[in-house]
Amino acid sequence: MTDIEKSYSPGLATDIEKPIPNPGIEPHRIRMTDKSEKHARTAEKQIAAMFGVSVVGAIIAIWGFFAFPIVDGDLSATRNNSLWMGLGMALSMLGIGFGAVHWAKTLMPDNEVSEMRHQARSTDETRAQALEIVKLADGESGFSRRKLIRRTMYGALAFFPIPAIVIFGDLGPVVGDTLKHTMWKSGTRLAKDPTGIPLKASDVTIGSVFHVIPEGLSEMEEHKLEEKAKAAVLLVRVNPSDLNEDPDKADWSYQGIVAYSKICTHVGCPVALYEQHTHHLLCPCHQSTFDLANHCKVIFGPASRSLPQLPIAVDAEGYLIAQSDFLEPVGPSFWDIRK
Amino acid sequence: MTNTTEKKPGFVGGAANYLDERLSIGTVLKGFGRKVFPDHWSFMLGEVALYSFVILVLSGTFLTFFYQPSMAEVTYNGSYAPLKGAEMSIAYASSLDISFDIRGGLIMRQIHHWAALLFVAAAGLHMLRVFFTGAFRKPRELNWVVGFLLFLMGMGAGFTGYSLPDDLLSGNGLRIIDGMIKGIPVIGPAFSSGFFGGAFPGTEVVARLYSLHIMILPALIIVLIGVHLMMVIIHKHTHYSGPGRTDDNVVGYPLMPVYVAKAGGFFFLVFGVVAAISATFTINPIWNYGPYDPSPVSAGTQPDWYIGWLDGALRLAPSGWDISIFDYVIPMGVMVPLIVSLLFLGLVAAYPFIENWVTKDKREHHVLDRPRNAPTRTAIGAAGVTFYAVLWAGASTDLIATNFQMSLNQVLVAMQIMLLAGPVIAYWVAKRACIALQNKDREMVLHGRETGRIVRLPHGEYIEVHENVDKYELWKLIDYKDYQPVIARPDANGKTTIGNRIRSAVSKIYFEDRIAPVSKAEYELAHADHVPEAVTEKPKSKRKSINA
Repeated sequence: MTDIEKSYSPGLATDIEKPIPNPGIEPHRIRMTDKSEKHARTAEKQIAAMFGVSVVGAIIAIWGFFAFPIVDGDLSATRNNSLWMGLGMALSMLGIGFGAVHWAKTLMPDNEVSEMRHQARSTDETRAQALEIVKLADGESGFSRRKLIRRTMYGALAFFPIPAIVIFGDLGPVVGDTLKHTMWKSGTRLAKDPTGIPLKASDVTIGSVFHVIPEGLSEMEEHKLEEKAKAAVLLVRVNPSDLNEDPDKADWSYQGIVAYSKICTHVGCPVALYEQHTHHLLCPCHQSTFDLANHCKVIFGPASRSLPQLPIAVDAEGYLIAQSDFLEPVGPSFWDIRK
Repeated sequence: MTNTTEKKPGFVGGAANYLDERLSIGTVLKGFGRKVFPDHWSFMLGEVALYSFVILVLSGTFLTFFYQPSMAEVTYNGSYAPLKGAEMSIAYASSLDISFDIRGGLIMRQIHHWAALLFVAAAGLHMLRVFFTGAFRKPRELNWVVGFLLFLMGMGAGFTGYSLPDDLLSGNGLRIIDGMIKGIPVIGPAFSSGFFGGAFPGTEVVARLYSLHIMILPALIIVLIGVHLMMVIIHKHTHYSGPGRTDDNVVGYPLMPVYVAKAGGFFFLVFGVVAAISATFTINPIWNYGPYDPSPVSAGTQPDWYIGWLDGALRLAPSGWDISIFDYVIPMGVMVPLIVSLLFLGLVAAYPFIENWVTKDKREHHVLDRPRNAPTRTAIGAAGVTFYAVLWAGASTDLIATNFQMSLNQVLVAMQIMLLAGPVIAYWVAKRACIALQNKDREMVLHGRETGRIVRLPHGEYIEVHENVDKYELWKLIDYKDYQPVIARPDANGKTTIGNRIRSAVSKIYFEDRIAPVSKAEYELAHADHVPEAVTEKPKSKRKSINA
């Protein structure tokens, strides 16, 4: 038993006597460079050559910087610049690295040495002394004895960080009902994304798909992306007989043109892939699949809610318009979504 | 101190003297100069992680000189023709400028990104090495936790950096994070508003991610690396079992000069390889994705590899498990992946304490286990790796389906099944493989290795000559720790506590079908007719075996 093992329980470890005692470190194998000065000199030259190569690499990298000045619109300069600086740096690093390791492996001693470890645990004497110090400090300060001081201090220490948390209160505004409304209003025209040109019902042929935003969004100066992140819509025209509409939502579509929120109800990716034959909408991020013909209910994947439908109609000029905002929140589900 | 009457010291001597008189570097050098480090390729994984971090700091500092973390809109007018005139954030525009209008900018961006991928990969492999060799055992449990935190920080630093260019791909990544945050019960929506400074995507988040990415996370990583390495110094490095290696010593090469050359040289090798990869392989071509816009997305989007397992968890989550409490909703499509991944991480962090609760082995362990000699631990590790790997592969369901022309739905269902069945299969296969290897080792110890030489004895019998392994090889095969399952027994009050029963059951799972190391009696019996040289020779070391 060694010192380390004396003090600690071995737990469930078994006590099986080893067949042979520990034979000790293997004898050192002499290398060519240990016994022949000629080999050692060869190694020395190799190492020096590697360090030399490193200098060449650094020079290549510097040359790469100056040899390919940026030319507006010409990407070959960027490409060459990046390639030669990168390769030059790589060569200069690898030269040093290989040189140093080769040096260590050929010319520095490779006989293993052994060093004793010390148990992490302090000696009993040290621990006793440490305990003494703690007791002394406790006595001198009256920490244990003066309960009133101790408890009020705990209280103070518990309270003082709270302002540091409260101070972050203005990181973002109060959410309110911002998650439940979008830019769509009664009469807002449906416009093409990203040009913002309003769409006529006659532009939408059967089988076609349009990425749609509310008219006016693309001209917004502020909060354009925030509004777009909620208001993006996918517009599809299918054969009206393929649509299996709720009776109470029958007037939400127009001659087989339906508009659904493009924001996935799983975690909010744009549901951008439409499969014409099956009328399926697929989210490319996590593959939630929605059946457009059946009110965009989830038929596969991790989403749980159907994509909200935007009720649409056609105005006097033939443009597609929204009848109202979405009647339910778009995008990922959250705690008070139904409130 | 040198005597003033002696010959005047040279520059190095003078400088050393100057520093020693002020910083007592003599004591430091005396203490550390000949510190012994063991040699093994697997010990270099942690080094790769450390050096990648150094590369990240160097290349990242360069990038901060040019990058601007602002989401204000500008019209691009840089060298990249296809995007000229496009509206984009300053963050994206400055990332494009780094790539196209600043010489050396692109190579630095690439080095930074490749080094980040390597950093997390090396840290992960290093963790696996520590796990499978049992290096986390006493006294290193706390260092395992520090390393675990480093791995988390690495993932966090990676993700915050990934989002900074504000391109379409990273913006979609942030959108996913936003969806997940919003799904957290009660605080989700407010938390999301706080993170994005209002509605997604807002105009704040890039600047906030930037201060996390270049200040808070690196500072935490540096502190944790400091603690991590300090503990390595306190504990001294572990070594693999082998002749002369015990729990009381450390066998290897001295820091000066061998390790200064090897480890120092290795830093340059890692940097050189990262530079070579970065010069020749494009990573994250943000100019192809375009600026962030919440509407478009391209098919086959994927995060950087280390976030893949979380994305896979999101994909494999079951649909329609949402819980309603009165009028409130808990979206389980988000919560199941969150809870499962947090549980997984929790188990990883807690493993050293779980294993120690089973073995109750309070000794210090400095000789590493060969994975085969801890079959149950290895099997648990294999199960964990499989679980992680299936989640990770789950982030590629769409690419697997399109590249191999399979049904996306079937690929996903297969992944869901694999997620549950894979770890069980991996556990069983790994455990059996370990036990088979242990049996092979036993055979080798008792009967030596097969030479393939067939000899006919005078009386006509044919035998294959076995050759005994030499004592150094032999020691490697026999020097391992072995544990027995414990039987739940009543305590002093005559009661068998539930804790005891559970521990007894778990210890059975761990050690019931163990292969015990060859004992002296078995060994002598097997070698009774032909006593090998290894036993007769006097051992060189007088130290008694450590594994009594």
